[in-house]
Amino acid sequence: MSTHLGMPTVRPMPAHAPDEPLRWGQPFPAAAHDTLRDTQLRANLRTATRTIRDKRLAVTAELPDWEDLRDAGAGIKASAMAALPELLEQLEVSVQARGGQVHWARDAAEANRIVTGIVQATGAREVVKVKSMVTQEIGLNEHLAAAGIQATETDLAELIVQLAGDMPSHILVPAIHRNREQIREIFDARMGDAPDGLTSDPAALAAAARAHLRARFLRAEVAVSGANFAIAQTGTIGVVESEGNGRMCLTLPRTLITVMGIEKVLPRFEDLEVFLQLLPRSSTGERMNPYTSTWTGVTPGDGPQEFHLVLLDNGRTRALADEIGRTALHCIRCSACLNVCPVYERTGGHAYGSVYPGPIGAILTPQLLGVGETGVLDPHDPAASLPFASSLCGACYDACPVKIDIPTALVHLRDRVQHPPGRRARPTVWSVALGFVALSMRSRRTFRWAGRIVTVLSWVLPRRVRRLPFPGSLWTASRDLPPLPRQTFRDWWSAR
Amino acid sequence: MNARAIVLAAVRNALDGSGVPTPEPSPRAYRIGGAVAARSADAVDLFVDRLEDYRATVVRTTSADLPAAVAAALRDVASVVVPAGLDPSWVHTARAAGVEVQVDDSTAPRTHAELDAVAAVLTSSRVAIAETGTIVLDGQPDQGRRVLTLLPDRHVCVVAASQVVGSVPEAVRLLAPHPDRPLTWISGPSATSDIELVRVEGVHGPRDLRVLVVRDA
Repeated sequence: MSTHLGMPTVRPMPAHAPDEPLRWGQPFPAAAHDTLRDTQLRANLRTATRTIRDKRLAVTAELPDWEDLRDAGAGIKASAMAALPELLEQLEVSVQARGGQVHWARDAAEANRIVTGIVQATGAREVVKVKSMVTQEIGLNEHLAAAGIQATETDLAELIVQLAGDMPSHILVPAIHRNREQIREIFDARMGDAPDGLTSDPAALAAAARAHLRARFLRAEVAVSGANFAIAQTGTIGVVESEGNGRMCLTLPRTLITVMGIEKVLPRFEDLEVFLQLLPRSSTGERMNPYTSTWTGVTPGDGPQEFHLVLLDNGRTRALADEIGRTALHCIRCSACLNVCPVYERTGGHAYGSVYPGPIGAILTPQLLGVGETGVLDPHDPAASLPFASSLCGACYDACPVKIDIPTALVHLRDRVQHPPGRRARPTVWSVALGFVALSMRSRRTFRWAGRIVTVLSWVLPRRVRRLPFPGSLWTASRDLPPLPRQTFRDWWSAR
Repeated sequence: MNARAIVLAAVRNALDGSGVPTPEPSPRAYRIGGAVAARSADAVDLFVDRLEDYRATVVRTTSADLPAAVAAALRDVASVVVPAGLDPSWVHTARAAGVEVQVDDSTAPRTHAELDAVAAVLTSSRVAIAETGTIVLDGQPDQGRRVLTLLPDRHVCVVAASQVVGSVPEAVRLLAPHPDRPLTWISGPSATSDIELVRVEGVHGPRDLRVLVVRDA
């Protein structure tokens, strides 16, 4: 986290800096309860997600072969996962052949150590950063700060988030929870060289960021980036962006460090023709994003003359071992699923307590952390609540450019949270209640008796029950108990 | 065991234990050609339409009139930088009109500070895509180092009508023989949608993109 002047007008969101980028705050229901109270946040999100949804639908409808592209994207990702060891080895050889250095990191701590070591070896005290989900995931900025190295985010939204001391709340637009007036306040209070009389006009705010960062770009000696894709066959890495801050970071400094999750590898250069159509149309709703850069190792006389690629696992192999959950690794981080999700639109990203919010985050975060797999399962683990943060409406599946079946993965992970392989979950009210339901459905006879008990209760209990005693109150807190039927369906049916 | 061996072993272990069959070869039923034929008049029209949608300035010209079109695009600037491999005849008219022309040569590359002080850059391009309004630069001598087209605030880019293909796959296949060249795909001026998802042109890259589309007369 960079230095803050501590102006009282700008309150960080969330209020307390999280310890873990993938697991912070309360379990989803409690966190959502808080964020739902923020009417400004809900208004900001409603406007933003509606705008982007319309744009995405317009540009995807333009392509007659959109569904064929989705099939191809899904197929390429599935085959890349199946051949992952060979592709990673091939990528390493290709990058090294072109003068790049390849590093491997098992987890966040190891990746942070590697990056810090490379920066320290150059002697630089500051680095510029291209927006990257993976460096958010590993908490790189905080780690560098602890080593006395200042990391400056250069993407406009990331800069806003960094200056405000916020956590990102959206994969593509990390500052989606802030509106223009709030952003003006943040710049005014926290950006040392913000112009006097700065207005909340987005063009003026963008111009202020341009002026603020230009000097930093020119003096930067080291840049850190993520990667949208890496081609195993050629060693080519690609970054897709809009503002040109990516090009600045990828071109101006002498040393470039790219951190990427191992799942980003693609087999062949030609695969770009699929993803460069799927990604921009799904994420910003544009026919093409303003800038895409690709580079292969080191190009003599052009751009960084020292290139490091850090290949990160950090729980990805754990997800890969799950035959259903592994599809979360196909994600190209477009954020279309967030923009169409009725839950995300209302709760915002911070309720998910992870740098990966929304539907994809709900299946990715618990798997990266290994929730429901190892250790004693705590049903109050915030990450364990994420697979339940969905109405299972399926809008995310329809929007996903690589056809990740998020609803199926959510149901699968719910089951894993309830029944972790090889160990018993701590019983909850929910699991006990479902246990009774399962018991009643075991045979025709027990089901009939269960129905009879309910009809008897219907004469005993009042017709309308608004509040049950604990533990039933957990259920009635947000809904009424429906009137109990006087007659079972079977009795009604046989009486016809 | 080092991290590399451990990660690779974890990947292999995950694949072996997952029980997922090896997937069929990826379906590739999508279009390779675009809605318009590569290098056709329709392709140029669509390309221009898409560029204007991004709020780039487009001028159609002929190879005979190109030097005059370049001069017009540089009329209000004091200086322009060009890569060493650019056709020198393109800047004759502009130079005569008083624009200072700096040449970036690999033997004497300009510093970042020098490039930051130049008002404009003039380059050629490798390929253009009609459907998406995209120009691809591949760093060859007529386009220069990547930094050239990054620091000056105006990018004047020459695209020959014969370079305009219809679709993204057509462009990728054209670029595939040289994957080692650093590529810059440009679709309009630098932009952001980070504030309320409202598109604003002009952040860090050139805020003013002027494309000269040349049709051989």
